[in-house]
Amino acid sequence: MPEIQFEPCDLPPETETIREEVRDFLREALAEYPASRLAKSWAEGDAGFSRKVAQRGWIGMTWPKKYGGQERSALERYVMLEEMLAMGAPVGLHWIADRQSGPLILRFGTEAQRQEFLPPITRGEAFFCIGMSEPDSGSDLASVRTRAEKVDGGWVVNGTKVWTSGAHRCDFMIGLFRTSGAPEDRHEGLSQFLVDMKMPGIEIRPIINMTGDHDFNQVHFEDVFLADDRLIGGTGDGWKQVVAELAFERAGPERYMSNIPMIRQLINASTQAPGERAAVGIGRMVAQLATLREMSLSVAGMQNAGKDPALEGTVVKELGVTFEQGIPGIAQDLTDAEPLLEHGDEFGKSLAFVTQASVSYSLRGGTREVVRGIIARGLGLR
Amino acid sequence: MSELRDILEDTVTRLFGDLATRETLEAAENGDWPEALWTALTESGLTRPLVSESQGGAGAGWHDAFVIIKAAGRFAAPVPLPETILAGWLLDRSGMDIPDGPLTIACTDAAHTPTLSQRDGEWRISGDLPAVPWGADAGHVVSTAQHDGDSRLVLANTSDAACRPDRNTAREPRDRLSFASAPVTLLDRETAPKDGIALYGAMIRAAQMAGAVERTLAEAVQYANDRVQFGRPIAKFQAIQHQLATLAALSAQATLAAETAFRAADRRDPRFEIACAKVIAGEAAGAAAAIAHQVHGAIGFTYEHSLHFATRRLWSWRPEFGGESQWAEELGRTVAARGGDALWTDLTQRQSAGAAE
Repeated sequence: MPEIQFEPCDLPPETETIREEVRDFLREALAEYPASRLAKSWAEGDAGFSRKVAQRGWIGMTWPKKYGGQERSALERYVMLEEMLAMGAPVGLHWIADRQSGPLILRFGTEAQRQEFLPPITRGEAFFCIGMSEPDSGSDLASVRTRAEKVDGGWVVNGTKVWTSGAHRCDFMIGLFRTSGAPEDRHEGLSQFLVDMKMPGIEIRPIINMTGDHDFNQVHFEDVFLADDRLIGGTGDGWKQVVAELAFERAGPERYMSNIPMIRQLINASTQAPGERAAVGIGRMVAQLATLREMSLSVAGMQNAGKDPALEGTVVKELGVTFEQGIPGIAQDLTDAEPLLEHGDEFGKSLAFVTQASVSYSLRGGTREVVRGIIARGLGLR
Repeated sequence: MSELRDILEDTVTRLFGDLATRETLEAAENGDWPEALWTALTESGLTRPLVSESQGGAGAGWHDAFVIIKAAGRFAAPVPLPETILAGWLLDRSGMDIPDGPLTIACTDAAHTPTLSQRDGEWRISGDLPAVPWGADAGHVVSTAQHDGDSRLVLANTSDAACRPDRNTAREPRDRLSFASAPVTLLDRETAPKDGIALYGAMIRAAQMAGAVERTLAEAVQYANDRVQFGRPIAKFQAIQHQLATLAALSAQATLAAETAFRAADRRDPRFEIACAKVIAGEAAGAAAAIAHQVHGAIGFTYEHSLHFATRRLWSWRPEFGGESQWAEELGRTVAARGGDALWTDLTQRQSAGAAE
């Protein structure tokens, strides 16, 4: 049985420098944000905030300087991320490009694509969305049917992507399209493309989620022409590239930290000398939080050491989303709070949001069922 | 991993693999002291890893001892090895000689705390120590005792006590030792932590539970791959896969929580990390035993199968040295007293404070 092994990680001292820098920055940048907006965490985007982060050099900060990066270490970036998440900073707009689109372009893109896309990302001027899911392809991603047909000088795309977070606010999509074969061919014949969201033939329709927010979209492609140089990586290599991209997507600290702002509010709402009931509830939560941080840090440390902790990252997602998903229930249980949306306080508004949003935590980035299947494969069961 | 830790892990894994056999476990459950196993542990230096080298120990740290104690849990070793390691550490910290042979520790509570008295310049202990691990087999016990409202750590000779043997769910000895004005030696209150038994006892049980949880996972994965129903191994059923994925995640979490506590014990006051570890390992213990038994079906409920050696220990160790609620309550009070805004900064501060040393 291959072991799941979390090696303990000690952060190197230089990470404390950037930790303090980020804290100082956020103290100022978030001063005017109400707690109920911070409770939305990385689901919330703010272009002005993203540009301020970019000015500090914290988007694409590990990338080569020639592409606008800072060549900082992966652990410095990790600390920057966890500090952003700990405060609930509205990082949503640049998050995808920094986490997965940029690294994908760096790894599989041509030199021209790197030069075209990476510097604007680091300046906070190019936001990306993910074009993977389709109306008939959710967890079964390999069944995508949106098709890119080869034509002279490029490709013509027809089909529909769905659950595209932020498509209406993003500049580019990295789309997974079928370039050959049929949906039954599964992993074969898929390719990834860089799509300018302003291209003619693209129609973005909002999908309002149950919190009332507009985050999701349906994106229709009707005879959208993509030039040959919009293909990223090899023709037919899309699946391999997507698997690598999803590894970036699943292993980060956002898989356990989405509700830290709510936890902060919950502890502040209890007295400094809580009763036994509240103390036990808070204590169990904190034990999970502290341990999940060690696990997440361990994944970052192993990545930094050149290892491939894909399975460990998946375990953090499995336990992390279950943890953060449980926070609203704990808050309801310990405070008897009944949120009022119109005239309620910040705690109530925050709780109303996270109570609804939390159902999505075990759906986004791979459902709980998909995640458990990956762990089961790691255990040698499939 | 450090070189010493690697060596210790190899040694202890090989030794338990050879000697903590089913026959040994069964014999121990019937009351036989596993002399061959204990002798081998002693000769390999595994009973005194934390004792200074001048005292015949290995001079290692808690993080090194973690691999030994976790392995004791994984192999269901029927000996008071973790207790001997902890007792030896407390005595060594006090600059005292370490008695030969197995040692044990007694976790007392308000209702069962013996008292100390002084007679002719000698300290004496009176009262009962309930449920002492291997109280009859260990030569000496380190316990807390009360004197004038003050709690002290003491070393007593178990042969000075009247012993009423008993067993926990795992059929490990949990004996009552009754003292009547028996001589004791006081440990140094400056160098041996006053809460040494309750706190570090919780830490060693967390590591043992992590080991036993890992054992339940290994057995359940093996069984699921071997057992065929409906024409295929039950491992191929998604319902089974998801149960085992959950168990694997909890196992890895319990191990890292326990290891984090042991690392902290080498660096600073580890109270926070030990509380976290006991909560996480205790929760994992309950879930792991339930999942592993469910996956095994009826065969896992037989004495003939080996699963129960791990699961009965999990149920026995979970409440010892404080259950999850007790430790969670302490954690909750500590965190609430500091307020929500301090939570994250305190958490990151603890980590970096450790790394700097």
